[in-house]
Amino acid sequence: MELTVNGEKHQIDADENMPLLWALRDLLQLTGTKFGCGAGLCGACTVHADGMAIRACLTPVKAVAGQQITTIEGLSSAGDHPLQEAWIKHNVPQCGYCQAGQIMTAAAFLEKNPSPSEADINQAMSGNLCRCGTYPRIKAAIKDAAASHPGKGDEINGGEVNG
Amino acid sequence: MGAKSMDNRKGIALVSRRKFLQLAGLSGGSLILGASLPGWQPAWASGLEADTKLNLFVSVDSDDTVSIICHRSEMGQGIRTGLPQVVADEMEAEWAKVKVVQGLGDKRYGSQNTDGSRSVRRFYDTMRKMGASARTMLEEAAAQRWSVPVAECEARAHRVHHKPSGKSASFGELAELAATQKVPDDASLKLKPAESFKYIGKPVPTYDTPDMVTGKAVFGQDVVIDNMLIASIERAPVLGSKLEKLDDKAAKKITGVIAVERLDGGIEPPLFHPLSGVAVLATNTWATMQGRKALKLSWSDTPHAQHDSASFIETLKQRVSEPGKVITQHGDAQKALEAADKRLQATYSAPYLAHATMEPVSATALAKEDGCEIWACVQDPQSVQAHVGTALGLPAEKIKVNVTLLGGGFGRKSKPDFVVEAALLSKKTGRPVKVVWSREDDIHHDYYHAASAAFFEAGLDKDGKVSSWLQRTAFPSIGGTFAPGADHPAPFELDLGFADMPFAIDNRQCETAQAEYHTRIGWLRSVSNIQNAFGVCSFADEVAHAAGSNPEEFLLELIGPDRKFDPSQGEYKYNNYGESQEKFPVDTARLKEVLRRTAAKADLSSVANGRSSGEGWGIAVHRSFLSYVGIATKVRVQNGKLEILEMHCVCDVGLAVNPDRVESQMEGAMVFGLSLALMGEIKMEKGAVSNSNFHDYPLLRIQQCPAMSVEIIASEEPPAGVGEPGVPPVAPSITNAIFAASGTRIRDLPINRHLTLA
Repeated sequence: MELTVNGEKHQIDADENMPLLWALRDLLQLTGTKFGCGAGLCGACTVHADGMAIRACLTPVKAVAGQQITTIEGLSSAGDHPLQEAWIKHNVPQCGYCQAGQIMTAAAFLEKNPSPSEADINQAMSGNLCRCGTYPRIKAAIKDAAASHPGKGDEINGGEVNG
Repeated sequence: MGAKSMDNRKGIALVSRRKFLQLAGLSGGSLILGASLPGWQPAWASGLEADTKLNLFVSVDSDDTVSIICHRSEMGQGIRTGLPQVVADEMEAEWAKVKVVQGLGDKRYGSQNTDGSRSVRRFYDTMRKMGASARTMLEEAAAQRWSVPVAECEARAHRVHHKPSGKSASFGELAELAATQKVPDDASLKLKPAESFKYIGKPVPTYDTPDMVTGKAVFGQDVVIDNMLIASIERAPVLGSKLEKLDDKAAKKITGVIAVERLDGGIEPPLFHPLSGVAVLATNTWATMQGRKALKLSWSDTPHAQHDSASFIETLKQRVSEPGKVITQHGDAQKALEAADKRLQATYSAPYLAHATMEPVSATALAKEDGCEIWACVQDPQSVQAHVGTALGLPAEKIKVNVTLLGGGFGRKSKPDFVVEAALLSKKTGRPVKVVWSREDDIHHDYYHAASAAFFEAGLDKDGKVSSWLQRTAFPSIGGTFAPGADHPAPFELDLGFADMPFAIDNRQCETAQAEYHTRIGWLRSVSNIQNAFGVCSFADEVAHAAGSNPEEFLLELIGPDRKFDPSQGEYKYNNYGESQEKFPVDTARLKEVLRRTAAKADLSSVANGRSSGEGWGIAVHRSFLSYVGIATKVRVQNGKLEILEMHCVCDVGLAVNPDRVESQMEGAMVFGLSLALMGEIKMEKGAVSNSNFHDYPLLRIQQCPAMSVEIIASEEPPAGVGEPGVPPVAPSITNAIFAASGTRIRDLPINRHLTLA
C-alpha cells in the first residue's frame, strides 16, 4: 500500500485496517503524532488528510490511501508555521504530549476560519484534551496567530470564507 | 514519599569535548536509537568513571556550548529549564549557549524522585553551587593562562574578563584548562547577590518547547530500538487476582504476533510488582492489540472482588460519624461542643481518582545476562533501577535508565510497575521490548487516589465565635500499597492539610477512622491535600455562613494572629514535607496575606447578603508543599446547570525561580482541580474499575475552561513547592461559590453528580 506523508510517498506493508496512527508511528517512525486514547476522544493523534483534521487513531490506512497526509513533522519546513511560532511565544506546552494534536487541529481550523471568535476556537478545539491545563494559552496563541497572519487562510482557500 | 535524603553535591566536572564524547559513550554500545529520534539527547552521566571523582552537572565544550545535566524528570513543570537556568545564572553562561542533557538514573546525583514538588526547593542551593563552582574554575583557568591573580578575573556573559587589561577569553577557549583546576570547596564559593541575577526569577523560555511544537520531542511511548517487539498486556482486573486459564491459539495466528508471554502477579502488598497478566508481543502496536483481543482467559477470585466504590464511600461516611483514633488534641473539643451555643456538623466525601496522564505509561527494556537498559517516562529512575534490578536478580547499578520526556506524570510515573513489565518481557524474549499501555489499561490499572470521607463538627459560642472544632477522616492509606495491615490514614497523609489545619481554635481534635484498601492506592498531584482541603475549606465556609459572617473576615479570625506554629503534638510528628520548620515554617501571616489578596479578586458581599442572582463567588486558601495558594471562583447556577465563569489564583511560593512556569503550573493546577471537582470519579464494581476511557472518565475541555488569572506574590523566602499546591483549594472554592450562588451545599464530589455542567 502507498501512503503519501508530508509530501513523500511511502510503500507500507500493513493490514489495510491498521489505523493510520500506527502506520505513522510504527512503520514510518513518525512519532510526533501521539497515542492518547485510541478512540477519537482526545485529539492527540490529529493529522491532516487533504488539509482536513482527522484522528489518526480511528482512520484505517485504506481510507487515506491516495490522500496527502500531513503530520506535525511536515506542518512547516522549519518549525515556523504561525501557530508553531505563537505556541513558542506564549510558551504554551507543559508536558507537550498533546500539543502536536492541538496544533494540527488549530492549523486546519485556521485555514478555514482565519479570524475566529472565542466561541469558534472553543468549538474547533473541543476535541483536544490537555491534562496539564494549557487551554488559556492555547486560546491566546490561536488568537495571536490569527491576528498576526490575517487572510492567510483566504489566500490558501482562494478567498473562500468558511466560518 | 518522604524520602529525606539529599546528597549535597560538592564537586563539579568540567570536561573537554574529547573527554565528553568518551564519557558519553557515544561511540560504543550495541544499541542505537532509531534515526527518527532527533530530539533524543544522550545521557552521559553514567559514562563517568568513578575514579575521576567529578560530579557531572556542568561541562563546557570548546565550541562554547555549556552542557548542564538535568537529573530530575520533565513532565510539564519545566524543570529542564528551571534548574539549568539557576546553574547558568551562577556561572555567567548565556542561556542561548546552554544545552540541557537529561541525566541517567544515578544515585550520585542525590534524589531523582521527581515528586512532592521538591525539585527546585531541594536543589536550588545545589544548582547555585554547581554554577558558582564552574564559574570559579573558569576564572582560575583564565588567571593561570594570563598569569594574573584570580581576583582580577571575572566571568561575565560566557567570557572571563581580565579587569585591569581588558582582555578576555571565551568559556570555550578556557574549557580544557578549566577542567584541570581544583574543584573549589563549598565554603570558598561566592554566590551572586540577588540583584545580579540574570535568569533566576526571570521567565526563561521553556527549553523543550521548540521540539514539542515540531514533533521532535521524545516521550516514553516514542522510543524506537532496533529489533524491538511491542507488547500489550491483558491484566487481572481485580487486585490480587491471578491468571487461571489461557488460550492463546487465536492470538498467535494474528499477523505480526511473535509471542505470548505470561507475567506472574497477584502479589500483595502490590508495591510496584507487575499485575498478573498475559503479554502479546508483536512487531507493531496494531498487531499486538489485535492479538490481545483474541486471547481467551480467566482470572482467579480474590476477596477484593466484593469491592464496590459507591458502597465503600457510604461505609466510610458511616465510620467517620463515630469516634475514631485521636491523632491530635488541643483543649477539650468534646466538652466545648457540649457547651456550645450552636453546633454544626457536615460529612464530605470524594471518590477514587485516576491520573490519566495524556501519555499512557510506556517503557522499553533490553535485558541481558549482566545488565539491563531502560528507556522510559519515569519520575524516579533510581526507583526503576532498584525494582527492575530486584525483578531480574541484578544489582541496581547494572540497570541503566534513560529518562525520556514524560507526557504528564502527576505521580503515576513514579510507580515503575510498567518498567518491570518491560524488563521481564525482554528477559523472556531475548529482544528489546516496548510495553505500550492503552488508555483503557491506564484507567483500569492505575494506583488510584484514595476515595475518602470526612466528618466535621464545630461549636460556636453565643457571639458566633468558634469554640470547638472536631475533624475525622477515613481513606485507604497509600501505605497499603507497601505493607500489609494499613487500615487507617497514615500520619504522613494527615500532614497534608489535615493535622496542620491552621485555625487558632482553643478546643480542637483531629481523628482518623478505619479504611482498608482494595485496590492499588497511590499519590496523585497534591495527594491527600485534595480531600483534606476540600473538607477543611468547605466546612470553614459553612461555619462562616452559619455565623452570618463574610468568609474573608471569618477566615482571618479563624486563622488568628500572625504566628509560626508546629502542628506536632504528642506522638504525632509533623513532617513538613521533609523540610525543617526553621527554613519553611507554617506561617499564618503568609496564609492570611494570600487570603486577603484572594478575597480581593472576588465579590464576597453577595455571600453575606444572601443570594438571588444565581451567580456567586467562593474562595479557599491552603498551605501545601510549603507554599500558600488561594483560589477565587465565580460560578453561575441556573436551573440545575453550573457554569464556571472565572477563576483566579494567588500564590506565595517563596522565590519564583521561573515566574512563567510558576504561572503555568498554577493554570494547570486550576484545570486539574476543575477536572477532579467537576467530573473526576473512578468507579469500582466487583473489585474492577468500570470506567475505561475519556468518555466515562472525562477531563475538562477547552470550552469548559473559565477565564483565569495568576498572581504571584513577590517573595525572598526560599523557593517552595509549585507543581502541586495549586490543586487543593480549587474544589472547595467551586463548591463554596456554588453555595453562594444557589444555596446548595455540595459535600460529595464530583459536582456533576448534583449539577449539570454547562
